[in-house]
Amino acid sequence: MLTKTFNKIYDTDVGYSFFNSKIAIISSAILFVIFLCSVFAGLVAPYNPFDPATVSLMDAFTPPSWSEGGNPAFFLGTDQQGRDMFSTMIYGSRISLIVGFASIIFAMILGVFLGVTAGYIGGRYEIIVMRLTDVQLTIPSILMALLVNGIAKSVISQSMHSEMAIYVLIFAIGISEWPQFARVSRASTLVEKNKEYVSASRIIGLSNILIMFKHILPNILRPLLVIATIGLALAIITESTLSFLGVGVPPTTPSLGTLIRFGNSFLFSGEWWITFFPAIFLIILALSINLLGDWMRDALNPKLKIR
Amino acid sequence: MFSYFFKRLFQAILVMIVVAFVSFSLFNFVGDPVISLTGEDSSVERQAEVREAIGLNDPVYVQFSRFLGNVIQGDFGISYQLKREVSDLIAERMPATLELVFVSALLAIIVGVILGVYTGIHRDSFVSNIILVVSLAGVSLPTFIIGIMLIYLFSVILGVLPSFGRGEVIDLGLWSTGFLTASGLKALILPSITLSLFQMTYVIRLVRAEMMEILQTDYIKFAKARGIKKNTVNYKHALKNGLIPVITITGINIGTLIAFSIITETVFQWPGMGLLFINAVYFVDIPIMSAYMIMVAFIFVMINFIVDITYYFIDPRIRIKDEMS
Repeated sequence: MLTKTFNKIYDTDVGYSFFNSKIAIISSAILFVIFLCSVFAGLVAPYNPFDPATVSLMDAFTPPSWSEGGNPAFFLGTDQQGRDMFSTMIYGSRISLIVGFASIIFAMILGVFLGVTAGYIGGRYEIIVMRLTDVQLTIPSILMALLVNGIAKSVISQSMHSEMAIYVLIFAIGISEWPQFARVSRASTLVEKNKEYVSASRIIGLSNILIMFKHILPNILRPLLVIATIGLALAIITESTLSFLGVGVPPTTPSLGTLIRFGNSFLFSGEWWITFFPAIFLIILALSINLLGDWMRDALNPKLKIR
Repeated sequence: MFSYFFKRLFQAILVMIVVAFVSFSLFNFVGDPVISLTGEDSSVERQAEVREAIGLNDPVYVQFSRFLGNVIQGDFGISYQLKREVSDLIAERMPATLELVFVSALLAIIVGVILGVYTGIHRDSFVSNIILVVSLAGVSLPTFIIGIMLIYLFSVILGVLPSFGRGEVIDLGLWSTGFLTASGLKALILPSITLSLFQMTYVIRLVRAEMMEILQTDYIKFAKARGIKKNTVNYKHALKNGLIPVITITGINIGTLIAFSIITETVFQWPGMGLLFINAVYFVDIPIMSAYMIMVAFIFVMINFIVDITYYFIDPRIRIKDEMS
């Protein structure tokens, strides 16, 4: 049964390309492990870094277990508050991934909605939407995220900051990434719009909304998936950058970027591991997603293969 | 010609007005500007007096036009946190950012072009592959991690370069420069490498792709067939055309560098505008935030406008499209 499903997947174009690409297999295996760890953080992490009962300041600044003065109980050492680095990183990656996924989904919904409607309806509406994407694409997305984040933060009252910070961040990163989705979905909609199945749907009297989102949308998903994957890496990096700058997630729920920010102040006193491990973790995470996205772009776009 | 020019100009002005309106609304509708000026425990009469004095009782369009007038004159109000004129603060911080951006842009272009040309000519050599792999890492590593790594290597382990600040600066009246002292130049090295690395990789890839394409063209083949020396063909005939796209992206580069300088300045505690902005976000210091926003928007709009106009002269297709309509 299992081999049968495997063979079935292997026989598809995408499946074949996946199982013949070392990079795709390795990076998706790494991502799979990271996702599992962060979903089941409570089970995987040896300690709960946010439970004051298990954290002792006496353990602070323990180096990794293999170096001098290390404690085998803390494999990657501890940070300035005596929290186990490995556990903090797993909980941190959870925040990074939640913000990354949520903001890319937000960007996708916004961008695809505007892009498909712009392509389908056309006219002045299309010109306005596309001009908007043109203007926004000239601004680097990280600057856009920083500005939107700053504006949104000043709109909500100061006492609400730490509760709302994650939502503000998701909103800001989402806003900074929607134009890509809008552009691609508009271009694909323009192609699909003139196909026979759309005319047929029109003739049998389907509503425009139904045609756009039930019939056209499934046909343009492939390129969107590629942008979403590469966008996810960008969103995670943007989140960690904002958190590193101190304007991202609140310090009570640290993401990978926040951990690097904390560790950065101990670099000079020799406690390199507090920064080093979260940084390496972030690099591996972002690089794996990028490489998977690269593979996906080649695999899902047969036109590129001919060259 | 003129219709194209005015259309672009109109769009640029429209964008600026939208940005100005956003920062105007930040001023007026976020928190209470009266309280942030008079303090929490001021009397009701005093508050009403101040409200009237700064014109908050006027209709919104009067307030907005007054705001625009102030901004055009460079008056962005007083910082809530630092209690100083925002325009003074920016004038103080501007030289630091511009010097950093200038050096980074120069570095990105010079090193980028040299490496791009090299990898374009020696396509499959060992050194080219190393350059390309390293440049791939430069794209995928977050800027702040590159900065931290450089600090760790050169400041903590080797202890040869400073990790923060501008070093000694010399005050030239309006401009304070770090170019003229040894410690100022030393302090520039790490931040400018950090900031330029990302751009450099773009320049390398662009020049490489361009060189590879040009080396395939007929005129290069003929030049070689005529027996012209290889170096002359590569560096005189091919390079000249390969540099055209570099010139056009340089403008856009500068905008991106200003944006990314926020990150670099925070890592290296470089006393520029980016650090000022991040601190303003941190303390919800709206006058500084809105001033920074308007300035950055202005720089981007200007760059885009200039690039659009240059394209009009360089790319004949735009001209024809414009004349047809």
